[in-house]
Amino acid sequence: MIVLVGIAIIVAGFALRLNTLLVVLVSGIATGLVSGMSFNDVMAEFGRLFLTNRFVTLPAVMMLPLVGLLERHGLRERAEALIRQWASATAGRVILLYTGVRQVAIALGINVGGHVSAVRPLLVPLAEGAARASHGILRKSTVDRIRAHAAAAENVGNFFGEDIFIAVGSILLMKGFFEGVKIPVNVWAIAFWGIPTAVAAFLLMGWRTRALDREIAREAAAAAEEDQQP
Amino acid sequence: MSFLDLGEFYVLAGALMVATAVRVGLDAGHPRRWGLASFWALLGVTFVFGSHFPPAVVGYLVLGIAVLAATGNAQGSREATTGPAERVASAARLGNRLFWPAVLVPATALVGSLFLGQVRWRGHFLADPANRSVIFVCAGSLIALATALRLTRSSLGTAVGEGSRLLQTVGWALILPQALAALGGLFAQAGVGMVVAGLVERALPTQHAPVAVAAYCLGMFLFTLCMGNAFAAFAVVTGGIGVPLIVQAHGGNPAIVAALGMLSGFCGTLLTPMAANFNLVPAMLLELDDKNAVIKAQAPIAVALLAFNLLLMEFCVYRF
Repeated sequence: MIVLVGIAIIVAGFALRLNTLLVVLVSGIATGLVSGMSFNDVMAEFGRLFLTNRFVTLPAVMMLPLVGLLERHGLRERAEALIRQWASATAGRVILLYTGVRQVAIALGINVGGHVSAVRPLLVPLAEGAARASHGILRKSTVDRIRAHAAAAENVGNFFGEDIFIAVGSILLMKGFFEGVKIPVNVWAIAFWGIPTAVAAFLLMGWRTRALDREIAREAAAAAEEDQQP
Repeated sequence: MSFLDLGEFYVLAGALMVATAVRVGLDAGHPRRWGLASFWALLGVTFVFGSHFPPAVVGYLVLGIAVLAATGNAQGSREATTGPAERVASAARLGNRLFWPAVLVPATALVGSLFLGQVRWRGHFLADPANRSVIFVCAGSLIALATALRLTRSSLGTAVGEGSRLLQTVGWALILPQALAALGGLFAQAGVGMVVAGLVERALPTQHAPVAVAAYCLGMFLFTLCMGNAFAAFAVVTGGIGVPLIVQAHGGNPAIVAALGMLSGFCGTLLTPMAANFNLVPAMLLELDDKNAVIKAQAPIAVALLAFNLLLMEFCVYRF
């Protein structure tokens, strides 16, 4: 039972918002010490495991100069222009389109998007603009509803697209873990089995964004009715 | 022996980290100049020379890296890049050609893994068979970079600067998956998985194969809810339930266990305030009145996808 101390440290450390990397290391040190290793042994073992798992970080680093260079020359702006061209009509459709673009892009290993760099400056204005175009002025509660769904689209698109591309940390982490316990797995097989859930996630977003459009229409109608009463 | 193995790419990636350290070190106005420069220098050293050091030295280096990360010395970039107007003009000029280099990477990886991986010359493989897919992704990124340099008529120095800018933006989070994979290995050696497996076996009738699958998917989901991080949960729950109970006891397919297990964990991420940067920070960033509005918007999707993952694993893991 005492070897579970590492898990307790992770839960406590994350809850206290301590630096995740340091929490992980302290958890490993504690686990090693309680299982009877000396501090030096733990360091050697962690060092060995850190080295053999360098391949988990490697592709991300190798991709950065390429992605940075393309960003410098307007990759994001081009993606934006495409969304603007396609996105006619409703807030829900804009958000759904973003989910799809986000999923496909990250499945190709391109991390366009993010709450800071895409949701707030790009997706929220487009979605709110589409809703205002058809319903006029929106209540704060309606605006908040649109924004919450925009943030959800970012998370869903990100999480359920990334496991299709083999060069991202999560798939390589899985491979590293299984190699650690001496079970060979093929990264392409892992990526393949990520596809059904990615499709399901997109369809669910389709259902949620249609519901969002209906909610927006209902709330806008209710607001208009209130305005007409003396 | 093979012509390409991971070693060459480790040196290249490490060189980019060392270049980042130098760039930060030369930036006299940088508020955290020396901390940040040391962080990238130490990390770069583990990539370039790591294989030649005794493992204990690397362990202490990683400890130093983690301490530098924790003292707030490892995130944020001051690198100069193009402005918005320039980017819009460039996007209009280059159009969809901007996407081609990006598509080249997965294309190279696919072609490489399927065909070039079998290529042999005088008994030497073109790429080390054990790490074929990672090697071809890295090779693809170099081919794509060359294409992008031609397309944008940029110099290699510009690409290094941009790579360094993004490296600094990502910061210490870059090596978190790697550190968690290492932690998983340490947990395995300490027998954490066996203890967890023992607890689960005592609580649930896991001799029935479908029960093991349900315990695993729900375990990934619940541990991620508590830990706020599916990667951390993966090491514990896969070591404790996925590997011993599904793969070893019932002969389940490890690729399906890994993929759908991690995705079940992501369903937990959608529902937990512990995953602050995904769920709480956006609520603040978007100025929502209800700080849990993002989690509430995600809840139906998270629950439905968890059920989907669980059922898909039940149907497929013992069949393929």
